[in-house]
Amino acid sequence: RRKPAMDLLLAASEQAKVNPRTQTTSPIVTGASVLAITYKDGVMMMADTLASYGSMARYKSVQRVEKVNDGTVLGASGEFSDFQYIKDLLEDLTDEEFDMDDGCQMLPQQIHSYLSRVMYNRRSKVNPLYNQLVVAGYDSKKSESYLGAVDMYGSTFKDDIVATGYGMYLALPLLRKGHDKKMDESAARKLLEKCMTVLFYRDCRTINKYNIAKVTASGVEISKPYSLPTQWGYKRFVNPHLTE
Amino acid sequence: MDVLNPYGGNPKGYLSTPGPDRNGEHMMGTTIMAVEFKGGVVIGADSRTSTGSYVANRVSDKLSKVHERIYCLRSGSAADTQAVADMVAYYLDMHSVEIDSPPLVKTAANLFKMITYNNKDRLLASIICAGWDEKNGGQVYSIPLGGSLVRQPFAIGGSGSTYIFGHCDAEYKKGMDQKQCEAFVSKAIAHAMSRDGSSGGVIRLAIITKDGVERKYIPGDKLPFMKDE
Repeated sequence: RRKPAMDLLLAASEQAKVNPRTQTTSPIVTGASVLAITYKDGVMMMADTLASYGSMARYKSVQRVEKVNDGTVLGASGEFSDFQYIKDLLEDLTDEEFDMDDGCQMLPQQIHSYLSRVMYNRRSKVNPLYNQLVVAGYDSKKSESYLGAVDMYGSTFKDDIVATGYGMYLALPLLRKGHDKKMDESAARKLLEKCMTVLFYRDCRTINKYNIAKVTASGVEISKPYSLPTQWGYKRFVNPHLTE
Repeated sequence: MDVLNPYGGNPKGYLSTPGPDRNGEHMMGTTIMAVEFKGGVVIGADSRTSTGSYVANRVSDKLSKVHERIYCLRSGSAADTQAVADMVAYYLDMHSVEIDSPPLVKTAANLFKMITYNNKDRLLASIICAGWDEKNGGQVYSIPLGGSLVRQPFAIGGSGSTYIFGHCDAEYKKGMDQKQCEAFVSKAIAHAMSRDGSSGGVIRLAIITKDGVERKYIPGDKLPFMKDE
């Protein structure tokens, strides 16, 4: 079942036999879906805390939603080491800004733009960063939310609703149905939690432990890890062989 | 389409390509376990059936009855194991009428072996057969991929079992009673489900004794140990 883009990467592995420096490796330690939506006060992003090693649930307390600066958070799915590398790049940027000490802070759209260039450039060298990134933030001066995504090929877009991985298939329809730009914080949280629960049921590479982040005019808040209730008590779950 | 013949048949099989073609098939990456005790056996399994990394069924029943007091635990291809279990149940039914008594667990296990061994090029089935009969009491037999047959005091199988070999070897004690076996099985399966992405959902247990089969259900939010993940 090859996706067309895979042929590019497979050709690269052939190249790799000639020049190992350009080898494209497949992801080893990976994170699953990230979901994000805009709401009345800003943006909210949610992801589970698992980094899988193939089918193994290897690292169960990992944070895949990280603060970039007071106005932006970054969430990532895919190769975890590449996410850590990207975090280092962004830290270099924010350090430079801090040293400048001119009162300016990078806007979420600037971070999004920077990351999209990084991702596209890596893809063009056929040595991608194996991630799907979600950039979410709040521009305090304009009082506007910002939400966008970049993938490993450098495809970039902005939207009020963003999902990666299995979330694209399972959560996006639910988010689109339940989303309202003017929804309040608890409604936004409930919607994201409902979708994460569906993903926990239906994606093998998830666990029931999450971080939720919100970015508003008052800054960035990332929750401590927490779990959600799950339903296993239906009659036909307990006994699938019932006949009436 | 070639009918699955328990005695083998065309050794080349229906497919001309070497090895099975399993794209998109339902697999039961899984955790299954069976333990023998004095009065019978305790068997247990998770409830996840996955297609790739999608959970096709989060509440599957992997404990299949092949006779009143003989069950099998299935791992591998969902279709293959269901077909094989159905065949064994059919043959056991005929056989028990012929001998006018409940069949031996050993017979059931040998039937599993016969089918999986003779069709080894066409099947992806790894099965644990466990039950109680009057002659030999509780018994657990492993029938892994190639079609070998091994009797064991306890058996684990499926992708999740790799995570609990150490745990089971450390925790198993000879001469455990029913309650201890239940605790042993549910704790081990919970540990496997916690680490194996292909196992999950609920824990289904069954206790098979001369008095019949008692089924138990441990929902996914009440698993035995849930240390801060």
